Amino acid sequence: MLLDAVRRETLTDPGAELRIADAPAAPARSRPLSPVPAPRGIAVTASDLRKSFDGNAVIAGLDLYLPAGGFTAVVGRSGCGKSTLLRLILGLEAPTGGRIALEGPEAGPRRSEPPKRIMFQEPRLLPWARVVDNVAVGLSGHGSRAERRERALAALAEVGLPDKAGQWPATLSGGQRQRVALARALVSRPGLLALDEPLGALDALTRIGMQDLIERIWLSQGFTALLVTHDVAEAVALADRILVVEAGRIALDLRVDVPRPRRRGDPDLAHLEGRILDHLLGAPQGA
Amino acid sequence: MMRATPLGRLRDTALPWLLPAAILLGWQAAVSSGLVSSRFMPAPLDVVRAGWEAGRTGELWTNLGVSTLRALAGFVVGGGIGFALGLANGLSRLSERLTDTSVQMVRNVPHLSLIPLVILWFGIGEEAKLFLVALGVFFPIYANTLHGIRSVDPGLVEMGRVYGMSRAELFTRVVLPGALPSIFVGLRYALGIMWLTLIVAETISASSGLGYMAIQAREFMLVDVVVLAILIYAALGKLADALTRQLERACLAWNPAYRSA
Repeated sequence: MLLDAVRRETLTDPGAELRIADAPAAPARSRPLSPVPAPRGIAVTASDLRKSFDGNAVIAGLDLYLPAGGFTAVVGRSGCGKSTLLRLILGLEAPTGGRIALEGPEAGPRRSEPPKRIMFQEPRLLPWARVVDNVAVGLSGHGSRAERRERALAALAEVGLPDKAGQWPATLSGGQRQRVALARALVSRPGLLALDEPLGALDALTRIGMQDLIERIWLSQGFTALLVTHDVAEAVALADRILVVEAGRIALDLRVDVPRPRRRGDPDLAHLEGRILDHLLGAPQGA
Repeated sequence: MMRATPLGRLRDTALPWLLPAAILLGWQAAVSSGLVSSRFMPAPLDVVRAGWEAGRTGELWTNLGVSTLRALAGFVVGGGIGFALGLANGLSRLSERLTDTSVQMVRNVPHLSLIPLVILWFGIGEEAKLFLVALGVFFPIYANTLHGIRSVDPGLVEMGRVYGMSRAELFTRVVLPGALPSIFVGLRYALGIMWLTLIVAETISASSGLGYMAIQAREFMLVDVVVLAILIYAALGKLADALTRQLERACLAWNPAYRSA
């Protein structure tokens, strides 16, 4: 603000050009202010969102704003509507009422490349395509064949499976398949990544490894992440905001201000987890 | 598990042929010793001789060629229609509601029972054989193509949609490969039915072909030629099956169930 004022003043000055050239502040402004890349995530706004199946309201008038680049977790008992919420946001289901708006750097003009991606509970890899071709599915035909392959290989390296490119999915372990699915979701550099209980079927140790991987990639890429899970510990470990959904509405909206990297077993996280669990289980709220 | 030593590999290849070889030897011995009259059952060596003779005069090759051509033509026509209708009904509810009931009704008519009618319609010309083979091949291909498309994992189809595949891409990259194992099952059934239908049709009404060769031989009591014809059917069936297996292995390499050991 102050710099702007100074510049405007100097521009009105007849001898301004010279002074602008050597003014140290001007070029500094055009550079990003922080070393973190500018957020390229998509912001999501849902207003009075409703969805019913055969007359049963699953989402009952829900308002929500997800800022660009945030990591939000949605938790709730099974059947509370959390997966439906995610499917509505992604456009996999049409809402019965209300509206959803996505806004972001890529959401508007280029409709051909949807900037939102989903990772399902199951890997859903094509069993008849090699691992690298499965990842290239995420590019949905954009770019030349060689280009797609190159980007797919890079995405595979990012999830730590550079040497599995030529394999069939059937030869991979469950955790490796889910990592390939993650690479497929990320290869198009989405602005919004929805995760629908993607780690539910993995064993505890593989799960932790995957959580770290997702966190690391989210930090480096800056997309908006929306994680649906019934594992409260997972939500607490990953998200910076947790929404508890009950009967199609947001019952609790909590910020997680614990700095990253988060240590498993951190007392703050444990406290938060306890609070959410109490809420979910219907016990009187402490703290 | 057997190790892949040369000896082990030899045993692996030889094992399936052990029983047929033993039967052949027993058969030869039974006929040579006079235990079985050669008027009812020729010795294997007589059959080989008959084969040699028929091959030398060219009769065998002509008939084999004629039969193979008929089989393939019927297969292409019937299989092609079955495949196309299976795809259409698998992909479109409307098409299925329109045609499936009718197809199921016709399916329950044994197609060989149509032979008298077909002879009335087409005489004993090529059309009759083509029609019967095509009809026989149609059903297994149709039913298995339809089933294959129906049983494609809906989760994969949804994934393809979410990841922006066009309808054509969805078909070639998800639906068709997913249906392929089932289509191959239909293919193998169809090949069996193809030979069966053709031989029956040629035996009843034809003026050339393997079936005709066998029925002519019966007229002249050439029992060795009759047996020769039967053995050729067996070999042709085996050949068709082996080719399908090779094709399966090439197309379904991703599937652990089809990977060569």
